[in-house]
Amino acid sequence: MRDPILALDGLDKSFGALHATRQVSLDLRPGEIHALIGPNGAGKSTLIAQIAGTLKPDRGEIYLERQALSSLSVAERARLGLGRSFQVSSLAEPLSVLRNVMVGVQAVQGSSYRFWKPIRSDADLVEPALRAIEQMGLGHRADTAVSDLSHGERRQVEVACALALKPKALLLDEPMAGLGPEGSAKLTELLEGLKTRVPILLIEHDMDAVFRLADRISVLVDGEVVAHGDSEAIRNNPHVREAYLGEEAC
Amino acid sequence: MTSLESHIPSRSPSLGRRPLSRETVIGWGLILVLVAAAVFAHLAGEPFYVNLASRIAIVALAGVGLNLALGFGGMVSFGHAAFFGIGGYVAGIGAFHAFDQSPLFGLSGLPAGSDLMPVLWLSALLVCGLVAYAIGAISLGTSGVYFIMITLAFAQMIYYFAVSWPTYGGEDGLPIYIRNSLPGLDTNNPLVFFTLCMALLGLALFLTQRWMNARFGAALTMARLNETRLATAGVEPRPIRLAAFVISGMITGVAGALFADLNGFVGPSMLSWHRSGEIMVIVILGGVGRLCGPLAGAILFVMMETLLGGLTEYWQLFLGVVLLAVVLFARGGVMGLLAGRERYA
Repeated sequence: MRDPILALDGLDKSFGALHATRQVSLDLRPGEIHALIGPNGAGKSTLIAQIAGTLKPDRGEIYLERQALSSLSVAERARLGLGRSFQVSSLAEPLSVLRNVMVGVQAVQGSSYRFWKPIRSDADLVEPALRAIEQMGLGHRADTAVSDLSHGERRQVEVACALALKPKALLLDEPMAGLGPEGSAKLTELLEGLKTRVPILLIEHDMDAVFRLADRISVLVDGEVVAHGDSEAIRNNPHVREAYLGEEAC
Repeated sequence: MTSLESHIPSRSPSLGRRPLSRETVIGWGLILVLVAAAVFAHLAGEPFYVNLASRIAIVALAGVGLNLALGFGGMVSFGHAAFFGIGGYVAGIGAFHAFDQSPLFGLSGLPAGSDLMPVLWLSALLVCGLVAYAIGAISLGTSGVYFIMITLAFAQMIYYFAVSWPTYGGEDGLPIYIRNSLPGLDTNNPLVFFTLCMALLGLALFLTQRWMNARFGAALTMARLNETRLATAGVEPRPIRLAAFVISGMITGVAGALFADLNGFVGPSMLSWHRSGEIMVIVILGGVGRLCGPLAGAILFVMMETLLGGLTEYWQLFLGVVLLAVVLFARGGVMGLLAGRERYA
């Protein structure tokens, strides 16, 4: 088996009496979408925060291509190639789609301390950003302010921002949240096309999308991975049906 | 989907040279009005009004400095008088020791003072840069009200330090008997001095525009609009802010050096929190985060101070009313009224 791109090794995190993450170990291999599901309050967001770097785990380590991440800042992790999207989209609303995506390109290229050359005419900056935007099917919206975009389009911009980092792994936190069936189907299609280029750790509530996209699924309940396998195995796992899927899968 | 190659040419409006925006035209208009007023006053033999124009240019320059932190970087510094005053004291102390032929701070071994403006300006840049770095490195750990308070606290510390330093006049301040000089120019000529102030203001505006259009500006804008996005995109927000804060303090410091030379005097009042407020009011009046906002604000402020101040000593009451109106009804300040809402390309 090929080496995992992203690996969590025994992550553990408590907030006082609340044990939010219990000994979570999982990995993300090249070319796959690994979905992480779980009921509300299962600790998905806490886990994401530890991977992205906004929370520090009490124990355990996160590896991106064998490099330990836990002492690195959010920005350092991003530069190493960890792209993420947020559950509630986090973009600069007054700026154009292009400007939002270009910041990531400029970080990857090394320096934001350049004071002279206008970014607008900097092809090294504009072209990779446009490519990321096109990959998410938003080429025609590149010059539109984010505040004028639909909810679904903002989701696509979030992923485009992550792609601009030339990421080694993508961390998508409920990208389908708040999307209608149509938007959800469109994003599913875009993500499907993406996974051969970059593996995705997908946190998602939309079960249709998860079962369609995921190569492997891990189920998180009370901060613990209670089941792990391909979609068929998860669908039929009685423990999972009881804890999470409920009637939906029956 | 269109291919990238066919897409790029269609983007030529944003890749090529763009037509002058309304904001640029208004900015040039303000500069021309100020220059024309100064030249006219000079020809009419009214040095008072030439000096008034110099005062506008200097205060605008201080505002351009603050605008970089407050407007473009979203850092509400209530301590920029520190940099304004330190710049002033650099000019004053340099001139004091040049006049005395004594070494700096009276310490033998240190070089003598200088009354050359370029030397003083560079010293003001250096000293203010270092002080801004120290203040910024500590203050930028906070945000919001705490940032306002901590910058105010630092400025007050420097204020009381100046008050209690008798060598340089303490509470009484330090006169500059002979205006500092620039080889080849008669800096005592009001129009020449105005030209110097205007040139530095123009340079600061030009550089600010350049910086804000470059990668640094893109990162700073993102740090203001959405810090999380900037970090997630792989850029550390805090050093970007710190760099902007340092440059901001340096620009305001040069304005302070000019101000001391204009008045032939530097005193603790240049360091007081009233001064910080005044610079902030100028930025807000003109339009926060608008390139030429501080210039518009300085023109309005100094005009009100002079015209209304001549009529009544309660002119600040009217300033307050105007400020209220601007904050309540014209969030973009004077530039917002003249050039419309801010747009990002």
